[in-house]
Amino acid sequence: MISELGHFALIMALGVAAVQAFTGLAGPWRGNENWSAIVAPAALLQAVLVSLSFAALTHAFVTSDFSLAIVANNSHTLKPMLYKVSGVWGNHEGSMLMWALILALYGGAVAFFGGNLRPSLKARVLAVQALIGIGILAFILFTSNPFARLSPAPFDGSGLNPLLQDPGLAFHPPLLYLGYVGLSTTFSFAAAALIEGRIDAAWARWVRPWTLAAWGFLTGGIALGSWWAYYELGWGGWWFWDPVENASFMPWLAATALLHSAIVSEKRDALKAWTVFLAIIAFALSLLGTFLVRSGVLTSVHAFASDPSRGVFILAFLVVTVGAAFALFAWRGPNLTGRGTFDPISREGGLVINNFLLTVAAASVLLGTLYPMFLDVLDLGKVSVGAPYFNTVFIPMMIPAIILMGVAPLMQWKRGDGAKAVARLKFVFMIAAAVGFGFWLFLDRASALASFGMALAAWLLAATLYEFASRVRLFEPGLADTWRRIRHQPRASWGMTLAHGGLAIAVAGMTASSAWRSESIQVMHPGDTVTVSGYEFTLKGAETIQGPNYQALQGRFEVNQGGRLLYTLVPEKRTYLVSRQPTTEAAIQPTFLGDLYAVIGDADGKGGYVTRLYFNPLVPWMWTGALIMVLGAGISLTDRRYRIGAPSKRPARQEAEPEAGAGAKA
Amino acid sequence: MKPKHQRLAFISLGFLLLAGAVALVLTAFQENLVFFHSPTDLKTKVVKPEQRLRIGGLVVQGSVKNMADANIRFTVTDLANSVQVNFRGILPDLFREGQGIVAEGYFRNGVFQATDVLAKHDETYMPAEVADAIKKAGQWKGGPGGANAK
Repeated sequence: MISELGHFALIMALGVAAVQAFTGLAGPWRGNENWSAIVAPAALLQAVLVSLSFAALTHAFVTSDFSLAIVANNSHTLKPMLYKVSGVWGNHEGSMLMWALILALYGGAVAFFGGNLRPSLKARVLAVQALIGIGILAFILFTSNPFARLSPAPFDGSGLNPLLQDPGLAFHPPLLYLGYVGLSTTFSFAAAALIEGRIDAAWARWVRPWTLAAWGFLTGGIALGSWWAYYELGWGGWWFWDPVENASFMPWLAATALLHSAIVSEKRDALKAWTVFLAIIAFALSLLGTFLVRSGVLTSVHAFASDPSRGVFILAFLVVTVGAAFALFAWRGPNLTGRGTFDPISREGGLVINNFLLTVAAASVLLGTLYPMFLDVLDLGKVSVGAPYFNTVFIPMMIPAIILMGVAPLMQWKRGDGAKAVARLKFVFMIAAAVGFGFWLFLDRASALASFGMALAAWLLAATLYEFASRVRLFEPGLADTWRRIRHQPRASWGMTLAHGGLAIAVAGMTASSAWRSESIQVMHPGDTVTVSGYEFTLKGAETIQGPNYQALQGRFEVNQGGRLLYTLVPEKRTYLVSRQPTTEAAIQPTFLGDLYAVIGDADGKGGYVTRLYFNPLVPWMWTGALIMVLGAGISLTDRRYRIGAPSKRPARQEAEPEAGAGAKA
Repeated sequence: MKPKHQRLAFISLGFLLLAGAVALVLTAFQENLVFFHSPTDLKTKVVKPEQRLRIGGLVVQGSVKNMADANIRFTVTDLANSVQVNFRGILPDLFREGQGIVAEGYFRNGVFQATDVLAKHDETYMPAEVADAIKKAGQWKGGPGGANAK
């Protein structure tokens, strides 16, 4: 009964979305305020309805209602409660419902927090949001109904893929979707602005917090996914340039670029067309990510044949949404000229160059991700584009970007003094050079590139701290004045400092863990000791244990250094009872300098076990860095400038102008 | 700088960066494309020993042997031809006899030295390349739809 109500709420939501889209477009166009007034309540109602529907599905999972097909296929009574709940989005239908839920919640948030938005803009933003909602709700209702019943209901479910039964992966999809779908809001803002034919500094200020929120969630989601791959797949690696990873990384690159170009649009009234373009691209890449992961095109192009309606539907949705937005952009974009011209040597100049680098990097990742599919579709052979391609292309593009990240915040808007900024960074440069040289001299003369990476990280961290210090006048007399300035720093400035500093720490972690990982693979018998990076791993024994819904081979390693017992590591190899699928649970002991990482494999039948032992230097720095970046986004979001949006400088135009109305048809 | 010069400076800088990026992409593509070969391809085509490539097929039942020092040897077949694969390390969780896998590495002296063995996140998964290779070898017995991928 509750499931039927959930299904019904979803159908209602589709109807409400249709009303919301129509009134949001037609209201401002016709100058009909009664219509426009319906839009925001409709958005809130839609959010409530989709939430009810999602709650109904969650209820079915929690109570193990196996008369629903997706519960029967993805859940089991033996499963711990956390995974019963996360099972809601651990499958195609449920995850699409979560997509729709987050979309509706963002729409509701715009309706709720958008009190100071221009009414016509608000109506149009919500209308575009509703159009996206119609697409996704129709997709769910017509091709992927999560409330489809099974008759007769099975006695028990077939379980969730054991790899997904993990706290990291339970929360990875919601975070990632909050990021992906958050970009729908900036997309709606861009499309609404194109329909209005007007973009001003106020528009850019309204867009920034939504971009920031999406970016923060995306950063967290990607980091969580990477962390999961790191400990669950048991390869000791954290990023594989796998198409699924790239699918989430490309929107992140675009969102990062958007975050920065929106600043230029707000502060300098320039780069407007570019900001709008990026907003479209970022959401297009999000949709592409959804398409790649959800359609099955990634594992096989032929998966179209096994389930044609879904993949084709998402692809069509992608083409229509992005095509319409680009058509709108081609039509209206040329009018979006900014007032500000700018000097390459200025803060906005630096932001533009970084934008360019980020966009080209995203494009090269896109090329590498899609190329094998193109070849396959055209039947030109089967290839794979692996990590070496992405590393050779992506890393050189990020080097100038990171160098610039140190310099640009120190430069002024409009006309910066390049020589002066460089002179101010003299000490920062010396610190970076010393760090790089130190690594090269004392750690690894073979790999100058890795030492250079560490120097870059040091450069960025030092430059970020220096910029903060000079902003609060730390180097000038008057500590009281400095303290006052620290307290009165705008939250957005804290956000930038934290995000840049976090990236610096993460870059150090990525570089060190890629370059200086120690790995040892061998067969060990109980009592054997293997030394990795100065740590002595001793296998004390291995036994079979029982978990709630799995059986595991559990190894015990004692890690000694200089005769002193430091840690005990307990890796497992689990076999889940329902699916009979094995999973690897690596044992990881984080330390300041790196992770001790142990994996136990199968018994060799002669009393020994295959083991993999690693020392992964500075890996915890990556997670810490990512966390600091997310924190920066969060703090920045609380900046009061975003809450009290300052009114537009120019007087608002009459909203019912025919010129603006023509756009509503598109 | 005058606005005109500023624009020029940006455009030329943009072109410079773009040209650099294109050059990077092209060289990286040339060096890092990994082609897929079926066991039949390995019999019929000439493969340079230093060329990195992927192979795929079904793991022959009973062929997996644990050698000394965590070395593993198994045979991969497309049901027409087969090839011996050597690998050192822990096989992925979903590696099983009779199942489709993809391996990346080098083909030397008639033996495939795998550096990576890939089996995907799902037990019912059959790599598309493997399904195609088996079809090409004329041995496909599955449904007409193709790979049983999710």
